[in-house]
Amino acid sequence: MAVRTRYAPDRGLTVRMTATMFLLGLVFVAFVALIIGIMAATHSSLGAIIVVALIFGGGTAFISLFYSDKIALAAAGAREVSPRQAPELHAIVDRLCALADMDKPRIAIAPTAMPNAFATGRNSKNSVLCVTDGLLYRSKLTPEELEGVLAHELSHVAHKDVQVMTYASLLAIVAGLLVRFAFYSEIFGGGRRGGGNSQAALLIPLIMLGSALIYAISFLLIRLLSRYRELAADRSGALLTGNPGALMEALKKVSGGMASIPTKDLRSAEPLNAFYFAPALRPNGQGLANIFSTHPSLQKRLEELAKVQRQLNQATPGDR
Amino acid sequence: MGFLDTLFGRTKPAQPKLDDLFALPSAAIQLQAAMGFTPTGSGSVSFKAVAGKTFSDIQREVQELLNMDTGKPGEAGLPVEVTRDSFGYTWLVANHMSDEMEGLVTDLHAVNSALVDNGYGPQLLCTLVAFRDDSGRSLALVYLYKRGTFYPFAPLPGRQDDHDTGLELEAKSVLEDDLKIEQDMTRWFPIYGAPGL
Repeated sequence: MAVRTRYAPDRGLTVRMTATMFLLGLVFVAFVALIIGIMAATHSSLGAIIVVALIFGGGTAFISLFYSDKIALAAAGAREVSPRQAPELHAIVDRLCALADMDKPRIAIAPTAMPNAFATGRNSKNSVLCVTDGLLYRSKLTPEELEGVLAHELSHVAHKDVQVMTYASLLAIVAGLLVRFAFYSEIFGGGRRGGGNSQAALLIPLIMLGSALIYAISFLLIRLLSRYRELAADRSGALLTGNPGALMEALKKVSGGMASIPTKDLRSAEPLNAFYFAPALRPNGQGLANIFSTHPSLQKRLEELAKVQRQLNQATPGDR
Repeated sequence: MGFLDTLFGRTKPAQPKLDDLFALPSAAIQLQAAMGFTPTGSGSVSFKAVAGKTFSDIQREVQELLNMDTGKPGEAGLPVEVTRDSFGYTWLVANHMSDEMEGLVTDLHAVNSALVDNGYGPQLLCTLVAFRDDSGRSLALVYLYKRGTFYPFAPLPGRQDDHDTGLELEAKSVLEDDLKIEQDMTRWFPIYGAPGL
């Protein structure tokens, strides 16, 4: 279909995302194999720890998924605003949702000087789109640029990024808990058991090591996935507004504004980082710091948006 | 949106549904009979212009196309007006005589087709057709392209923060048989001061 090509998906991005998710799955399989291996070797004397970790980790993830909107709003100190309180903001989102044919999320404003925005919630019916005072009043964004930012956030909602990232993080949460549990049982459990089961005593450090390794790998993969999802949201947002240039300008302005922010705000914003429009924490060093980052570099985002710009202006939509 | 699209974070831009627009003339008759609202003869198409030359070329073509048929003899041919609202949407306003509902809808549809044929269908936001009753109250029927549904919008004179919900609900009940009315009322977004209203 001729119509489809102008808005064609970015194949490269899809491939990279697939590879990342495949690797995460691989790590997950390795993790399960490790658990089963250990359970078999110790005749399930360690099973309780693992089950507790699974329940704990799964429970945490489940709660954070179901209450993500409330948790995020509370953490940001944001309050919901009605169409009467913020008519402009609602009007922009109304129109974008009509363009994209999606449910309108609730709108909230956070009293933070840092210019930023985030969207959270497990599905489009339970989503909240939150912008900070800084973004509305201090960042000097034009209406088009603000619209670009909101379109980016709406894309996160449409892509169900909170769900995807929660499922992706589940393994890391469980592995992280296992490290901790194994550590405690090493300290407190070792004496009680006496010399009874030396095999189990040997295996506990092994679990710790394995879990720590898996935690580290999955942590890096999740960060990578998060960066890809940011690029995907940039792309969808730009296609929605038809104006990648405005989003590029907004990114430059917001990233520039991040530098002059008091430290307290930066630190209190840390837990929400993955869902922010621009990361609230700037790694000091470049290069290696990038692989720990939840967001792609500004340059990378601008390059990808320039690509969308070109695509939208193809002379004939039928051409490949 | 399919599971894979969610997984890979690629939104398929929503394509517009166009054919339901042609239900408007019969709805207009119904609206006049039941509520005394007559068409003002103006209607408008709202879309999100894409930055760049390709799109502005298409927009100019559409404008020229619509302006062509206004030169008919014995007709006060009004040219198509183009305005950009404060939200960055472009409105093409077509003006006809109040009894030319068919011609108006044809004009509005020409804008859709031109955009869709050039691959810019996802940029269409809404179309509205304006009505007025003897006491001067306004009512617009707004067509949501992505939903293929209509909703009524009744502005209050001089107000930018409230609209006549009672009148809208009345229109909804009157039109329910003739038009596909948007059932999810959270999607009835107000369009204060929309061109063509």
